[in-house]
Amino acid sequence: MSDVAYVRTEMVPEKAPPASQVGPIKWVRENLFPDIPNSVLTILALYFLYLALSALLPWIFHSAVHANSLNECREIIREAYGPDAVGACWGVIVDRWHQLLFGFYPQDMYWRPVTAFVLLLVALSPVLFSQVPRKMLMFTAVYPFIMYFLLWGGSIWLPLSVMFGFVLAPISHKIVAPLAGNLAGVIAGFAVPILWWGLAAGPVAEYLHSVAPVGIEYIESAKFGGFMLSITIGITGIALSLPLGIVLALGRRSDLLIIKSLSIGFIEFIRGVPLITLLFVASTLLNYFLPPGTTFDIILRVMIMVTLFSAAYMAEVIRGGLAALPKGQYEAADALGLDYWKAQRLIIMPQALKISIPGIVGTFIGLFKDTTLVSIIGLMDPLGLSNAIRADQAWNGILWELYAFIAAMFWIVCFSMSRYSMYLERKLQTDHR
Amino acid sequence: MSELATNREIDRSQMKVSDEVAIEIMDMNKWYGSFHVLRDINLTVQRGERIVICGPSGSGKSTLIRCINRLEEHQQGRIVVDGTELSSDLKNIDKIRREVGMVFQHFNLFPHLTILENCTLAPIWVRKTPKKEAEEIAMHYLEKVKIPEQADKYPGQLSGGQQQRVAIARSLCMKPRIMLFDEPTSALDPEMIKEVLDTMIELAEEGMTMLVVTHEMGFARQVANRVIFMDQGQIVEQNEPEEFFHNPKSERTKLFLSQILGH
Ligand SMILES: Nc1ncnc2c1ncn2[C@@H]1O[C@H](COP(=O)(O)OP(=O)(O)OP(=O)(O)O)[C@@H](O)[C@H]1O
Ligand SMILES: [Mg+2]
Repeated sequence: MSDVAYVRTEMVPEKAPPASQVGPIKWVRENLFPDIPNSVLTILALYFLYLALSALLPWIFHSAVHANSLNECREIIREAYGPDAVGACWGVIVDRWHQLLFGFYPQDMYWRPVTAFVLLLVALSPVLFSQVPRKMLMFTAVYPFIMYFLLWGGSIWLPLSVMFGFVLAPISHKIVAPLAGNLAGVIAGFAVPILWWGLAAGPVAEYLHSVAPVGIEYIESAKFGGFMLSITIGITGIALSLPLGIVLALGRRSDLLIIKSLSIGFIEFIRGVPLITLLFVASTLLNYFLPPGTTFDIILRVMIMVTLFSAAYMAEVIRGGLAALPKGQYEAADALGLDYWKAQRLIIMPQALKISIPGIVGTFIGLFKDTTLVSIIGLMDPLGLSNAIRADQAWNGILWELYAFIAAMFWIVCFSMSRYSMYLERKLQTDHR
Repeated sequence: MSELATNREIDRSQMKVSDEVAIEIMDMNKWYGSFHVLRDINLTVQRGERIVICGPSGSGKSTLIRCINRLEEHQQGRIVVDGTELSSDLKNIDKIRREVGMVFQHFNLFPHLTILENCTLAPIWVRKTPKKEAEEIAMHYLEKVKIPEQADKYPGQLSGGQQQRVAIARSLCMKPRIMLFDEPTSALDPEMIKEVLDTMIELAEEGMTMLVVTHEMGFARQVANRVIFMDQGQIVEQNEPEEFFHNPKSERTKLFLSQILGH
């Protein structure tokens, strides 16, 4: 046998790694103190953390929950934790949470926004999660009318009659298209419902109501407020700005000069104007343009403005996604004989939207937080309400507790959106790079 | 590059060139801006022909075959495919695209869809084939290109050669009468080129009308019935492969062949 030949006769058993290579010690060394600069940064960070917590924790733990005014709060805290103690006064939240959530909506009607909210989650589920049966989308489609009816109330015939306009669209298309061609069919599909809403929907609803008065108590928009208002405006804006943004993004890339210029003009105009300006237009100027005597609900006006505003941003986000797609995708779709709309729907948009998810959700989150701006035109969103609450003698001077509560509520919603977008990105990942 | 595309004997029993005209291009010209990219192209393709188009980079090979299914628009002359003339009439374009399949250099599979969905998409949405039937057709062609087991994967999980075979299957699912190939093997590693060429040879053996832009001269020799040489936007020479390779007439062709065949 030569010297280089070697045969292992005994296999090496598995051993545990040395202590310095596992567990918390290894983690701390590798992540917190790998070298001198990082160790310095770690110590600095720990110091700042200590400063922040030492200010915050006493405030949180020395808090008073059961109190009817700010003075009462201070009294309780002083008694419990000594004369110099400062603490949070959650009494204001206990006292006023219903206002922060519902504004001045009548208390005995709270079941209506609560039901609307629960149904909202049901309506959203098939949109958000593909595991939910597709049939549920039918409910999602009628949900806006249910939401309107629950929140504002009044005669049931009005939402039904508006809904009927949407039913008219495909019907008139089906009738006209075979007679006068597809284009005429499409035009009819748009024109008939618009005529219906403009001329007939109101009177028909009124007539039906006089024949069969079915409905619940009408609550006017001025009573709306709090998170209910933020969510109503936010959800509507989110639901409408995505499709509008897609249309605008496609318009901006269109070969047709008129459509292209209109889209660019709209996008650049809206993006060049602060949202506040648009809200002021909604609250005051719009009245000048409308025929005298028409009442056009302020919340509806705000919804339109918020939608238009974020649609412009959405369009640019989606345009970025469209631009990121290789030309080959369009060519392959063309070569297979897919027409423009089918190619967009089946090939281009699914990929472009997927690429744009972070941007889209970012716009959604921005929109939702921007709903607090409506307090400037006098709507009682949570921030507007915080001022109203402070105007009360009992709570004059309270600041942090209200803002902390409002911030927490917004954070929950925005953080959920952010997590959902991460979930969606992971789920849709098919490129396996 | 001069080596053979396949070592086996090619079955020519189905490879019949009929009298029927599949594609007719007459006095066709195309410009990109002021750049005259295709000049006075005249080409008649009979049904069953296997035509290889070669030529130096930038000579307009891709542009020519992309004009046939209107991925590019020509400005002068006529292109008639399967009796339908290409004009700006969308109906004609759609009709032609249904009859003409195309395979690209970079595959252009749809990355968000599975292999099976890639193959069934066009039959379902363009040909209105019921889903079930479309899936059967797709599996049939995936078996043909020898990757039925990949049906539920996504394109990103496949090798280049597999992706290109899926792309061929995807085109075939539309049951085209003409297939266009634009450098189908140029983006592939040598060992994958063979599997794609095999697929193409089988297709030719079944009598498919094929226009292939390629530098695979082995394929041209063994499969093509006609080789076209393009330079500067013009058809400079065309001939049967034997003659074309052994007895090129034009100086440009000779130069090109000497470069590409390496002698
Ligand atoms: N969209 C375009 N706009 C302007 N010029 C173009 C465009 N596409 C191609 N060209 C030019 O037209 C000429 C022909 O291009 P084409 O892609 O048809 O060449 P090719 O023969 O396929 O070359 P290759 O072998 O490199 O693929 C080239 O000079 C190219 O630069
Ligand atoms: Mg090319």
